[in-house]
Amino acid sequence: MSKGSFSPVIAGSAVTNAAAPVTPKNIPNRGGAMNPSVDAIRAQFPTAIKRAEVTWGETVIIVDRTQVHDLILWLHDDATQKYDYLSDVTAVEFRDFEQPIEVVWHIRSLPFRRFLRVKVEIEKGSEMAVPSVWDIYKSADWLERECYDMFGITFAGHPDLRRLLMWEQYKEGYPLRKDFPLRGRFSRSEQLRQALAANPEARYSKEELSIADAFEDLPEDMRRRLGSGERTGE
Amino acid sequence: MATTKRTVEVALSTTGVDAQGKPQRVPLVLNDGGSPLALEAPPSLEPNLEGEHMLINIGPQHPATHGVLRLVLELDGETVVRCIPHIGYLHCGFEKIGEYRQYNQIIPWTDREDYLNSPGNNVAFALGAERLFGIEITDRCKVLRVMACEMSRIISHLVWLGTTSIDIGAFTPFLWAFQQREVIYEMLESWIGARLTTSLTRVGGMGADIPDDFIPKLTAFTKNFPKVLGEIDRMLTRNGVWVGRTVGLGVMSPEEAVNYGLSGPMLRASGVAYDVRKDFPYLDYETYDFDVPVGTNGDVYDRFLVRMEELRQSTRILEQAIKRLPDGPVNVNDHRVILPPKSKATSDMESMIHHFKQVMEGPRPPIGEAYVAVESPKGEKGYYMVSDGSSKPVRWRIRPPSFVNLSAIAKMVEGHLLSDVIAINASIDIVMGEIDR
Repeated sequence: MSKGSFSPVIAGSAVTNAAAPVTPKNIPNRGGAMNPSVDAIRAQFPTAIKRAEVTWGETVIIVDRTQVHDLILWLHDDATQKYDYLSDVTAVEFRDFEQPIEVVWHIRSLPFRRFLRVKVEIEKGSEMAVPSVWDIYKSADWLERECYDMFGITFAGHPDLRRLLMWEQYKEGYPLRKDFPLRGRFSRSEQLRQALAANPEARYSKEELSIADAFEDLPEDMRRRLGSGERTGE
Repeated sequence: MATTKRTVEVALSTTGVDAQGKPQRVPLVLNDGGSPLALEAPPSLEPNLEGEHMLINIGPQHPATHGVLRLVLELDGETVVRCIPHIGYLHCGFEKIGEYRQYNQIIPWTDREDYLNSPGNNVAFALGAERLFGIEITDRCKVLRVMACEMSRIISHLVWLGTTSIDIGAFTPFLWAFQQREVIYEMLESWIGARLTTSLTRVGGMGADIPDDFIPKLTAFTKNFPKVLGEIDRMLTRNGVWVGRTVGLGVMSPEEAVNYGLSGPMLRASGVAYDVRKDFPYLDYETYDFDVPVGTNGDVYDRFLVRMEELRQSTRILEQAIKRLPDGPVNVNDHRVILPPKSKATSDMESMIHHFKQVMEGPRPPIGEAYVAVESPKGEKGYYMVSDGSSKPVRWRIRPPSFVNLSAIAKMVEGHLLSDVIAINASIDIVMGEIDR
């Protein structure tokens, strides 16, 4: 235990001569003070921001898909921005099928006490892929996996983009998409049939069994099933 | 052959099969009639485990995983080399269901995600929905919500304290903690009628005002609770076993903790003074006098100390809330969201229309979106809601703090012993209902 390696991080430490934060009151639906980072982004990435607006007191920027990774990386690294905390990664699909799907990053600058919502619009019919920010924020690991699991959005550059909440051989699609019915795509009887047909013995992935060099020692039929990619538990 | 066979058996807990297809087990009894407790195998079957890695499965049904978490561990001897967490066993699709519910109908679902912090979730959801509707709640409602948040923080930390102490081997603090938790649950029951799934708030107000004897009970609790906390403190803080089992485990440096997105006591134990109540305040938290405890080492012991101190600070906030609780209405006077009194609905045409519209269609917020984060006992809990102008949200997203905290477990347990995995996992304060949603 070396205490010397710890230097405390104080939120708001970069804010000089500013009043202490207060509970926001009477926020207008549209308009209000915009996050000062937006102007800095415009200076740094002149073509990146398609639209910027303030909704209920929160600044939203809609960003070009190809530049979003560089933009967030710059926001994270730049000494005048320091967006060091990724709160959330998620996506929004609207009931209107014409409207594009939005991928939303909520990022915070703890030293400057700023909050920014970065969005990328994915037009319907175009490739469902955005760059991953896992190399910038480790917290993006599970958040992006969940988003992939629920919406089918691929995060290019994520090291281990697998389903997270649903099991790996879940075949019904992406639950939070609007074309996915609330009760699931398959009938109850089909869901039950699949659950009963599942093999509860094969609870381990091939990768996990390789940890114990156990794959070769499995019974022949189980090896065959695992080899053909069958898995039930995960 | 024998070496790998044993590994398979340990790993799968199923019978291995030998070349003749007969089941084969590693015998636990010596063949010379020795004690059945002796774990020596006959020399021919004694595996040479040196350098060989073993696969161990914990969960999903294991009391120490606090729910249905499954950890697959790669062990070198007793040291964890790799940890592969599996979640999703409790996935209920809350976010999907929320898209088919009106705003007030979602509040019961918020009870069930982080079920140790139901009042806090109700408040957080109501704050988010009110942001979306553009409603300013009344002063009395604000103070009542602060009370609800801090009471639920105390409940949650007490459950954490009790279960963690059991995981680590202390039983008495569990009983003391759960006694105090019972006091708060009784108060909640007298307030709203439910103990665990409270559904305390409504958009624009509360489900009920506090009963007459609530404030005396809460005052008595704030007087008594610090004494119990002192007893638990004496029992654990300088206890050699406790310290030995917690110090130096699962260390996260401040930079790592921020980068891994940790929040709440996990983050503050690592020396990052980030508390949503202080830095992005809500419910006028900036007017309350309380401190944010911060750790220096970022290990399991510091997380324990931070949570103990937060219990004291929550008691302080409760005392201040009792003093400042103003009289006045609890609900806003806005019949877009709050029903007019029932007596008026039967005599006044306009009130009846409001009743009809609200019950049949539900309140409709303007088009917009809001992300409201609160400091839940686990960390930054955010509700992100998108409205397209209809009475049901297009998207209701929960930012679950313990989900993000748990995602760092692989990093935290690597290099520690198997028994320490339990302590580190306990220190995260996970609630699977919130993680899987």
